[in-house]
Order: sequence, then structure tokens, then C-alpha cells
Amino acid sequence: MEFYRAHVLVCGGFPCVAAGCRAVRGEIERSVKEHGLEREVRIVETGCLGPCDLGPIVVVYPEGTVYSRVSVDDVSEIVGEHLMKGRPVRRLEYTERLPSVSQADHKRPDYFGIQERIVLENVGLIDPDSIEEYIARDGYLGAGMALTSMSPDEVISAIKASGLRGRGGAAFPTGVKLGFTARVEADQKYIICNADEGEPGTFKDRLILEGDPHKVIEGMIILGYSVGATMGYIYIRGEYYLSIERIERAIAEARRYGLLGHDLFGSGFSFDIEVKKGAGAYVCGEETALIESMEGKRGEPRQKPPYPGTCGLWGKPTVVNNVETIANVPPIVRNGADWFRQFGTPTSPGTKVYTLTGDVNNKGLIEVPMGITLREVIYGVGGGIPGGRRFKMAQTGGTAGGCLSETHLDIPMDYESLQETGSALGSGALLIIDDSHCVVDIACALLRFFEHESCGQCTPCREGTRRLHDIFRKTRELAATEKDLKLARELAGVMQASSLCALGQSVAVPLFTIMDHYADEIEAHLEGRCPAGVCRPNPANADESAYETLQAGNGIR
Amino acid sequence: MLKMRGPVGPEGSGVVCECDDVFLTEVQRVVSVYKERPEDLVQALHDVQSLRNYLPREALRVVARTLDVPESRVYGVATFYSMFSTSPRGRHIIRICESAPCHVAGAAEIINSLLNELGVEMGGTTSDGIFTVETSSCLGVCGVAPAIMIDDTVYGNLVSEDLPAVLRRYR
Ligand SMILES: Cc1cc2nc3c(=O)[nH]c(=O)nc-3n(C[C@H](O)[C@H](O)[C@H](O)COP(=O)(O)O)c2cc1C
Ligand code: FES
Repeated sequence: MEFYRAHVLVCGGFPCVAAGCRAVRGEIERSVKEHGLEREVRIVETGCLGPCDLGPIVVVYPEGTVYSRVSVDDVSEIVGEHLMKGRPVRRLEYTERLPSVSQADHKRPDYFGIQERIVLENVGLIDPDSIEEYIARDGYLGAGMALTSMSPDEVISAIKASGLRGRGGAAFPTGVKLGFTARVEADQKYIICNADEGEPGTFKDRLILEGDPHKVIEGMIILGYSVGATMGYIYIRGEYYLSIERIERAIAEARRYGLLGHDLFGSGFSFDIEVKKGAGAYVCGEETALIESMEGKRGEPRQKPPYPGTCGLWGKPTVVNNVETIANVPPIVRNGADWFRQFGTPTSPGTKVYTLTGDVNNKGLIEVPMGITLREVIYGVGGGIPGGRRFKMAQTGGTAGGCLSETHLDIPMDYESLQETGSALGSGALLIIDDSHCVVDIACALLRFFEHESCGQCTPCREGTRRLHDIFRKTRELAATEKDLKLARELAGVMQASSLCALGQSVAVPLFTIMDHYADEIEAHLEGRCPAGVCRPNPANADESAYETLQAGNGIR
Repeated sequence: MLKMRGPVGPEGSGVVCECDDVFLTEVQRVVSVYKERPEDLVQALHDVQSLRNYLPREALRVVARTLDVPESRVYGVATFYSMFSTSPRGRHIIRICESAPCHVAGAAEIINSLLNELGVEMGGTTSDGIFTVETSSCLGVCGVAPAIMIDDTVYGNLVSEDLPAVLRRYR
């Protein structure tokens, strides 16, 4: 390998591509050449470095200097000063530091202080298009160990012992799920990596796939070996153009290296992976809808049981796991269950990748141990609320997750503790909302989403999401009555009990938590007042009675 | 083979589809790799749509015949997924997200400015046939919200004043 004096990492995660990192990278290449540094300085396009809001981000190693919001015009200064003369450009420097490559892997300073990186251990540090860099960081070691020195049962036992639970939302213990499928006799079994990621506010799976695609491939090989599946599919959102491109390149590379295909590691075990594109439907993230879609049908969820673990794709036993769950598998196999259990809490071991959005200073991707508090996330890693505003509400787990108020700031973020508040960790989306927003308006945004994404197959969900949206729109127009809100509760309760899939069942989660934690604020709307000053009456229903008559005409009470 | 013209986009939308033999031959060529593989229906529709940015009825018929699935099912799938359209669209698709994280970041204002700038309603196509504006549930770019996606390119951290310059690149 050639030796380079300095490495310049340019963030090529999706948000940064959006912010213009391609142009910046091109300019750096040009400028480095112009200064005759191309044999001394290596330019690497990496996955997401985390603080997406600050892109494009450029990191110069070995110093580990981070430059944020770099523009094309800044490049000549970085190259001329820093790379030529060794003087970092203070003006552009992001005040908190990223880890340096040479540093120990699991303890990071400052902004990264409370972060622990297991899933994201390579993201932002390696070139995702280079299988060699992945291998150099212990890549494919876990798969090699599993296939050559462990039996499938031993692999499953290790994953069971680690206590890993599904990161896709339902939090089902991964080892147990593998155990079910391993026990079923079948001529063919499948592994599906669920990369449909449609939950608003979630973009972790995209950044894992774009930043460290080989880790997902390695995880799938291990899962395939453990249950006896020889074929894997990655079902990925059609809109994730860059992720599709990267993962397809990575699969081709892995095949070229003999890490996918026949007789892996000389163990006699064969495994291959294919990518399937989705076409824009939130419900296809639900595992049985996803399988329907993969069979070339409308993405309508199936009745469960039978569960995919025994009867999935083409009626064969199928393990469906989230991208993040799968990315946890290679480190667990490599380092052992005890190592994994030193992070997080006894019932929720490991870390969780969150995507932080909304009214918070540092938006983006973080990975922290399970069990740290919401306050630590918002005010520590998140850097607090901008503009001197006050924290009002946090929604955990995406649109289908629950809302937490100020009284919940010190609750540990793990599966059990959040469940007690009526919320859930879900997909890892963390939406922070300050006091300039009105909860009724937010509820409308959530309900609009559900109305749009209901697949229409079952009545409680199809009709319920519409009626709930109507009621909350009416509340936002300051025209709702007590009776309307009672009806909303009843409706959501019926949906929770009788919808076919978790989409309809889970509408009650955000709705009830908002209605419970912000009862006063909602009450005020019934009296014609919006405390946050966001909601306004609709002049069209100035005549209350005419509105009521109209509603009655529509067959609504 | 049946020669047909249209369907034509909404009046004044400037979008015309000519489902002529040349186009249908092209459709045939694109889907032939999925011959008798009904499971690849979604992938086949992606490929067909990339030709004209939408799925004309005649093209769906070709897909049905080639993959050996009932036309009703092809139509059912084509209308289920939000990335597919069975009516004509502009040359570039602008997707904009109005889910809660984007809403909190001020997406409503960007949406209004965008629709004003283009002189269309949500879901509409500009009269010059260049843009169609659609909502999408989440584009996975919430970290740089508010954002829009034009075809496969994302523009993030937008303020209304940025829009004219962004749109100019496509005109
Ligand atoms: C409406 C709906 C949407 C879902 N979307 C996703 C998704 O985008 N990604 C995902 O991994 N799981 C999603 N799930 C959960 C899956 O059904 C399934 O539980 C998960 O993929 C299992 O993987 P895990 O055990 O690794 O979490 C969704 C569930 C529902 C009901
Ligand atoms: S919520 Fe709008 S892009 Fe994710």
C-alpha cells in the first residue's frame, strides 16, 4: 500500500451530497493536483460523519481537523494553508473534534463523548466503495469465524446471549427469531434485509448502507449461515438512489473476492445477495407487506400468523431484519456476547442509532448506548434547542412513536422505560419540538401521514385515519367540540384493537400520548384559543351551524 | 400493432404521450429481461417508467403480456406505489416532504413558494411540461430539512429565496 502523508475525508453521505459535497470534492482534487500534492495527500469520499446539518464536511487526518459548511471557495485556503503549510484554517473549523483514526475505537472525546460506535464504527472513516478498507478494519472476520469455527447453533446462541433486539421497531429478540427459522425443515430459506426505511425522521439505514455497505453484507452472510438460508435480499426504498448504487457495487466487489457465491471460506456454505427496489409505500416496511411487494404484488400486509419465520417469501421460512440489527451481528460474532453486553442496560444491551431532527442545534446521526436519558441526547449530543427557545415535546420512534413532554426528560431511553410512558424507541427517529409549535398542528401533520399511507386494505385503518385527520383539522380550525375529541379517542381505540397491521394499530400511540400530556393545550382549542398562536379559525366555517349541517350531510356525527 | 395517441395530460399541461410503435417496441425491449418473471413486476415498472416518466396504459398491457400476469394486477401495482404514475408527468419530478420533521422545519412555507413559483397546484405539471410537483412521505433527508428532491438530486436546508436558482438549472 502506498503511504500518504495526509488523508482528506469528504463526507459523501446523502445529506452532504445534497449540500454540495461533490463540487467541493472536485475542487479539492483539482487544488491538490495544482499544488503537486497528489502523491502525498489522499482524498476519500466517506459515508456520513454525523452532523448532517453542517455539511459539506471535510476532515483532515492525521490531525482530525473538522471543517464544516465548506464551500468551493474555501478549498484553496484549506489546501494552501493546511495541507501545504500545516496550518489548520481556524475560521472554518468545527469546534468539536471527530475521532482520529489512530485513536482507540470505543472512546471518543467531546461531541462524540457519550457516543459509542458499534454499528457506525466504520461510517465516516472508510471509503465505502473499498472492500480492502473494510477488511483492514476487521471486516469479514466475523463471517470467517462463524463459517469456519462455529456451528450454526453456536452462532444463534451467541446472538441470543448478546440480548440483541430488533432495531426496526418491534424490538423482538433477534436470536429467538433466528432460532424459530433454524428449526424449520425446508428446501429453501431466505434472509431479507429490510431497508425500506419509510418512517419520517429516520435516515439511519440509508447512512449505514451508504457508509459501510460491506457490514450489512457480512451480517447477512452470518444470518444466512445460522438458519441455513442460501439466498438473501435487500429490499431498499426506490428513492434511495445513492444507497442502491453503493450496495450494488459492494455486492459485486464481495462476489469478486469470493465473499459471496459458492463455498464461502472453504466451508461449503454458499450465499448470495440480490437488491430489490421498492417504489414508494410506507407500509412496505411492514415485513409481510414487504414480502408481498417482493413477490411483485401490491404491498398489502398479510394476516399473521403464520409469521415469515416459518412461512415468508414464496411460502418459505424467511428471516426479516432491519439494516441496523444486521449491522450489529458481525461485531457481536467477532467480539462475543459479553463484550456487547457491556454497552447499554441489562434488558436493552448495546447501542441505538438515532436520527436527530427538528428544533435542535446538532441535527443528524448519532449512536449512543441504550439507557441514556433524553436530556443527555438533546442537551449533550444535540447541543440544545436553538434560538433561546424552550423544549416542548419529543417524539421518539417516528410518526408511529409516542410523544414525551418535559417531565420525561430524565427517563432512560431503553425499550422498557419508554414503554412505560406509552411511547417506544421504534426506528430511532427523534423529533425535537420547541415551544413555538402547537401540538394540535403537529398532530395534524402526523395524521395526514397516516391517512396518506394507509394501504386501504382494512376498514378501521382506511376510514379511521381519515376521520381522525378530519377531527384534528377541525380542532386546528378552533371549531371542534368535546364530543369530537371523545370520538377521536374511541376511534383510535377501535383502530388499535382491530386493524390488520401495526400501521393502523399504532396511530393510537402518538395520538393518546399527545392527548394525555397536552390536555390543557388541546382543551384551549375547544374554547377557541391556541396558546402557541399557531392555529386560526377557518373563515369558511364562520357559520358554525352551517358547518354542522354540512357534516351531518356527509354522514358524520 | 394498434397505433394510439394520448392520453393527453391535463388541459394546457403541455404533456403529450405518443404511444406509438417506436415507444411500445422500446417498452418491449426493456421488459423482455423479466420475461415470465411475475415477481419482478415492480422492477419492470421502474424500468418502463424511466422511459417517459409515467406508465401509459398501453405500456402496462405490454408488461402484463411479457411477465405473464393479469393486466388487472399490473394496474393494481402501478397505482399502489407513490413513485409510479399512470398519468403523464413533466420531464422532471419534484418531490417534497411534508411529514412532521419537515413540517417542524418549515416545509409548508417552501411548498407554498414552490407552487407559486411554478404556478401549479400540488400534483400538477407546469404548462411548459418541465416539472411535476408531488408530495412524498419522507425522503430520508430530514437532517437537512426542509428539502426537495428533483429526480435523484436532493436540495437541502432550503429557504424560499433559493428556489429560483435551483429551478433554473432544469429549465
Ligand atoms: C407500517 C410499518 C412500517 C415498518 N417499516 C419498517 C421499516 O421501514 N424498516 C424496518 O426495518 N422495519 C419496519 N417495520 C417493522 C417490520 O415489520 C419488522 O418488524 C422488522 O423489519 C423486523 O426487523 P428487526 O427484528 O430487525 O427489527 C415496519 C412495521 C410496520 C407495521
Ligand atoms: S421527514 Fe421529511 S424528509 Fe424525512
